[in-house]
Amino acid sequence: MNCVSKKIGARLILFAITMLSVTAGISLIATPANAAETPTKLYGVVSSSTEQPLEGIGISIEGPEGFSANVTTDSLGAWEVLIPTKGTYSATINEGDLPEGQALTDPTKATAKANVFMLGVELRLLFPIGPGVAKATLLERSAQLTVDGLILGLIIALAALGLNLIFGTTGLTNFAHGEILTFAGLLTYYFSAIAKLPVIVAAPIAVVLSAFISGFLQDRYLWKPLRQRGTGLIAMLVVSIGFAIFLRYFFLFLFGGDTRQLPQYAGQAGLELGLVNITPKSILTTVIGIGFIVVATLWLLRTRMGKASRAVADNPALASASGIDVQKVIRAVWILGAALAGYAGVIVTVNQGVSFLMGQDMLLLIFAAVTLGGLGTANGALVGSLIIGLFVQLSTLFIPTELKYVGALIVLILILIVRPQGILGRKERIG
Amino acid sequence: MEILFIIQQTLSATLGVNAIIFALAAIGLNMHFGYTGLLNFGQAGFLAIGAYSVAVPVISFGFSLWLALLIGIFNSILFALLLGIPTLRLRADYLAIVTIAAAEIVRQIARSATFNDSLGGSDGITGKFGKEFFDLNPFKEGLTTPILRFNGNDLWVVITGWILVAIITFIMWIMVNSPWGRVMRAIREDEDAVRSLGKNVYLYKMQSLIIGGVIGSIAGFVYALSRQSVQPDNYGTALTFFAYTVLILGGAARVFAPIVGAMIFWFLIVFIEQVLRAGVTSNVIPDWLIGVNQVGQIRFMLMGLGLMLLMIFRPQGIFGDKKELALDAKA
Repeated sequence: MNCVSKKIGARLILFAITMLSVTAGISLIATPANAAETPTKLYGVVSSSTEQPLEGIGISIEGPEGFSANVTTDSLGAWEVLIPTKGTYSATINEGDLPEGQALTDPTKATAKANVFMLGVELRLLFPIGPGVAKATLLERSAQLTVDGLILGLIIALAALGLNLIFGTTGLTNFAHGEILTFAGLLTYYFSAIAKLPVIVAAPIAVVLSAFISGFLQDRYLWKPLRQRGTGLIAMLVVSIGFAIFLRYFFLFLFGGDTRQLPQYAGQAGLELGLVNITPKSILTTVIGIGFIVVATLWLLRTRMGKASRAVADNPALASASGIDVQKVIRAVWILGAALAGYAGVIVTVNQGVSFLMGQDMLLLIFAAVTLGGLGTANGALVGSLIIGLFVQLSTLFIPTELKYVGALIVLILILIVRPQGILGRKERIG
Repeated sequence: MEILFIIQQTLSATLGVNAIIFALAAIGLNMHFGYTGLLNFGQAGFLAIGAYSVAVPVISFGFSLWLALLIGIFNSILFALLLGIPTLRLRADYLAIVTIAAAEIVRQIARSATFNDSLGGSDGITGKFGKEFFDLNPFKEGLTTPILRFNGNDLWVVITGWILVAIITFIMWIMVNSPWGRVMRAIREDEDAVRSLGKNVYLYKMQSLIIGGVIGSIAGFVYALSRQSVQPDNYGTALTFFAYTVLILGGAARVFAPIVGAMIFWFLIVFIEQVLRAGVTSNVIPDWLIGVNQVGQIRFMLMGLGLMLLMIFRPQGIFGDKKELALDAKA
């Protein structure tokens, strides 16, 4: 099997790297000075470009006073070594053990150094692994990346639709929207891995709870009172930032800093479909996701409530005067938006695993998609999401994988110069 | 002894290096947001530019530190121009998203393996690039008193840092009380009115972005020099948000707000963290509730919650004037 075809869905390699390094930073900050009785260890998890754990990878550690140790990763890709003294340790991964098509994203980083300046700490070392040197043809890679890009676009679209509807009806630029994804992902994990429910049951429960808690309750007890107080839009934007930070570290507090896979379907093999390779779980979650988008669009276009929501977005005062219950519309929009974003979180969790930073990492892409399509326009969000998803994945044909989000963000800025209202946005005063 | 230790740690943080960094970052934001109404969410990008501009020329090219500082100022002006030309015509919420994106671009490029050789990848740069600065230090033995404690290098950074903050605050005070400063505030209140008076709003906004950005990059200098190291992930979006917290805490559009805000911010953070830590290690707080490793997470949760509550209940901060603060005029 070639390297590219091993990829499943949207590969969020850079996200994973960011998560791990941030986590390492936090565990260092939070390490107490007096915990000498806890053993000092170096540890890490080796996982493939598709976030699957890699077993049997050899890692050799060398340290001061002739310390050396050799370990191999277990079935979860994890390894750890207890170390006796302070000093500088270096861990080297045996690149020969990596499966075909997987390689270090930076070949110069086969050795990671750890400076142990006090005992009782746990230091995580990383070996970022990505798809190896391209052995696939350009056509195969392009096809695979297009599929990956469409799936990433769908995930962004699910989240962006809700963000955009909420912005349209209430004017709130919600920086805490990414945390809806994380929350639903964590719920899926808890129901599936801890409560041992099958994923097919856990996921719908997570989506429903997301709609209720992240949608209904969040609006009822946070944003509605703020609107009634007359809190300004920029002030609410800042409130959402504070809320996002609070939730993110609350999730870290509960869940810990690692990325966890659902036990069920963890190592599912991909299907070869013509030029591309895709796992059944990815196909299923994607198809359901498309279903969600279709239903949401029909709701917007065909139902009374959907029409009312567009009327409120257009002119709240006029909508209210013509007998539309604005608060009810806003509540409906929050519930729908949280359900959609919750499902986006489920897709990411099922296919790539869940971590407390999942939502934050998606947030900028969601914003990029929404801004690109035109803030406040529903179909604009869809178009913008697909463009961002495709661009992020296809750009890796030409630029290093780790810089793919940079490319997307630069495109966002460039488009805003030419067409500040977004691709489908209405021309209005935005200066 | 425990209590004395907590007091010592807390007061040292209140006057410490981090308070200086956040005061400077927030002074820059005060120029952008407080006086001109620009919702710049990319301040972390300016700090990163400043920090890397100090470290890279000295470590990689062997330049003098003082030349590197000039390069840093130049780079931050360049970044402000690059950022400002496309974005300053945008509405407030668009501007927020684009500036946050720009700062992330800076961070991701800095941490990428592609530029590992010059920028150090995700490990950043560590080295003695501040040697020329610390060679001038007359207080090498540091300061140890029951209520304040700094090591030699920190004491030197703290003394020079607060002098720098005082000078910059004085310049800010002169600027915002000049006719130029009144134009800035007028732009914040009503752009069109200023335009109708024949002023070039775009140009004024650009000047604001450059001045605030340069002050931000000076905060980056202090960040890099005080630690003798630059880590790309220190310059994430959270840095910008906490700089905003500092500014709002003090009160936007008040010259002294960033200084007071930064001191109170770090006082609260370190005090709460030390008290929690003391509670956890002495088992007053049970281990199943908060583990020793989780104190840092609680701290961040409280920072987020604090920003929310501050914005809801006292958006004008401690010194701000609710009437002057035009947080809601746009968008």
